[in-house]
Amino acid sequence: MPPKFQTAPRPHVVAIIGPPNSGKSTLFNRLTGLRQKVANFPGVTVEQHVGRAKMDDHSEVILVDLPGVYSLNPRSEDEQVTRDVLNGQMKDVPKPDSVLLILDSTNLGRHLMLAAPILSLKLPTLVILNMADDLRNRGGQVDTAELAGQLGAPVALISAAKGEGIDKVIQFMKGTAAGTSSLAPPKVELPVLQDIPRCRQWAHQVGLGAAYQAPTPPLWTRRLDSVFLHPIAGPLIFLIVVGAVFQTIFRGAKPLMDELQAFIHSSGPWVGSALPPGIFRSLLIDGIWNGVGNVIVFLPQILLLFLFIGILEDSGYLARAALIADRTMAKFGLQGKSFIPLISAYACAVPAIMATRTIESKRDRLATILIAPLMTCSARLPVYLLVIGAFIKDRPFLGPLLGTQAAALLGLYALGFIAAILTARLLKSSILKSERTPFMLEMPPYRMPTLRSLGLRLFERSKVFLRRAGTVILTTAVILWILANLPLHNGQPPDIADSYAGMVGHAIEPVIKPLGFNWKIGIGLLTSMAARETIISTLGTIYKMEGSSESVGLRQALQNDLTPGGAVALLIFFAFAMQCMSTIAVVRRETGGWKWPAIQFAYMTLLAFVCALITNQVVRSGLFT
Amino acid sequence: MLQMSVSSVPVRTLAQLKEGEPGTLDRLDLPEDIAQRLMELGFLPGHIVVPARSAPGGEPRVYRVDGSEVALRRETAAHLILRSRDGNEPK
Repeated sequence: MPPKFQTAPRPHVVAIIGPPNSGKSTLFNRLTGLRQKVANFPGVTVEQHVGRAKMDDHSEVILVDLPGVYSLNPRSEDEQVTRDVLNGQMKDVPKPDSVLLILDSTNLGRHLMLAAPILSLKLPTLVILNMADDLRNRGGQVDTAELAGQLGAPVALISAAKGEGIDKVIQFMKGTAAGTSSLAPPKVELPVLQDIPRCRQWAHQVGLGAAYQAPTPPLWTRRLDSVFLHPIAGPLIFLIVVGAVFQTIFRGAKPLMDELQAFIHSSGPWVGSALPPGIFRSLLIDGIWNGVGNVIVFLPQILLLFLFIGILEDSGYLARAALIADRTMAKFGLQGKSFIPLISAYACAVPAIMATRTIESKRDRLATILIAPLMTCSARLPVYLLVIGAFIKDRPFLGPLLGTQAAALLGLYALGFIAAILTARLLKSSILKSERTPFMLEMPPYRMPTLRSLGLRLFERSKVFLRRAGTVILTTAVILWILANLPLHNGQPPDIADSYAGMVGHAIEPVIKPLGFNWKIGIGLLTSMAARETIISTLGTIYKMEGSSESVGLRQALQNDLTPGGAVALLIFFAFAMQCMSTIAVVRRETGGWKWPAIQFAYMTLLAFVCALITNQVVRSGLFT
Repeated sequence: MLQMSVSSVPVRTLAQLKEGEPGTLDRLDLPEDIAQRLMELGFLPGHIVVPARSAPGGEPRVYRVDGSEVALRRETAAHLILRSRDGNEPK
């Protein structure tokens, strides 16, 4: 027992652990709300959610959301991490003072198996039986008092999604934080942990002792599966929904975006009036307000995309998508499980690369990490929207359902996916060749996504987006503005073409000219190495300083600056190039060295360059006019 | 190999079951780590498995086992050996 009175009070640390689909994250979100953050423990190849939960007496505990596992036998990275954290063997992660073990009450027989290894750790543990509402509605029941007696640990029947029984969880944490809870020896003997049939038998006995009545099968899930897994209706519905989402990104979010844009443009002079006319007012308006503002206007579209991805993930549809995709993925040497990280790469490659930790095969995991940045992440979306909006006239394409602009966007998303799986094929038939790994994936019941969870996701995403705008994009914008205003000529800023930025742009122009890009686009390509959206703020600043965009706006300025060939080539370049420092950093960390990120960067840049070159030459030759 | 030569009766596997036709699992003829993973998902000797829907194209298929639904490819299901119908009684 650690001493109760310590000189420097260390925060009380509570770990949440449970099998996949037991509602861990829902409970975590419920307890921490907006006070969570993704912590990245230094030197450790994991990213975990850490949050603070406030008790009703205003004391706080630190909550750690561990990866979902079926057992503590370390076979995948996730299980190894969970085991190390619980044993206090993970560097820089404090050993948890107590454990919230969350199990699905509608599948208690199997989920109770995890109780055996967790209880044998002898940490204060609350056994949480989640989905109480589901259990009731489907006619199941369990005697929690009896179960608590059998296990020697308190048991709470809750519904994390509905907020039912959360007070019991808080009471438990208050108790352990105060050091008043104690562990009673369990009535049942814990089984030998490595013997899975024995463990299952034990769980069965415990369930019997607690009068556990399994619920009837989830009817709604079966009904929905008969639609979503229907050979014809299933894929058709999926395509229609995806088409509708892309259409909404263009049409639905446009009014909101236009208003945001108008506000930023009209407020520029007002903000500028805070400073006297001169060099710093120019920095504020041209460099910062316009540069960063041009990126921020895309927030509505990005949130819409995240709302869609959030619904896919929270509803349980993603597992079905992985199931449907498995046959195709197998042809390219991957398995359906790789599909789930690839879908989340549509949001951002960084969490997607983290999510590959559930893939057991080392080579499959590496292949998935290497192709994830080819998926169309949300940082590409503003660039696509800007260029497509400037160069493609919106006409009905598939009736009123899908316009040409939305279709072009959809095409770019498909292009990224095709490049990703072809690259996977290349890798899996050469340097990452391995035996086919079996596909096994649990299909969770469909659940209605809660507004709370979706709202939290959007809030988190807005925070990330605005932070990026306020750090990487802002810094690049300021540096660019400085380089665009030096060297001074007779105390006056030079013409942009004669500035340092202009010189750099002119220096690389010969290399990118065959792609259809001039020196201004060249500067944008360089700054977008930091983050893709930066090209927009850079072009905004350059055009503003040229004085060309005073009234016409970024879109028209771009039309004057790029040929149609160059515009398509620019889209292709952004589809393939690895312009993201965060992705490079996370690949280095997850693969343990510079070798793979270097290969990946070289491959993607070369692919981007060659394909953009071909595109520009083909469009210019007039084959498609 | 030895078992094969002793009993000449061909074994029935999960892959041979039709949709909705239950079978009782006898053993998992797979490498240790894969077998363990499957057992954690509910594919334990003695448990009843019922094939359910498949992905469009027939593969992979969802199996109902031990209160949950798990998708497997045919190549994996073909290594899950069932008890013969008139043989051992399920537990």
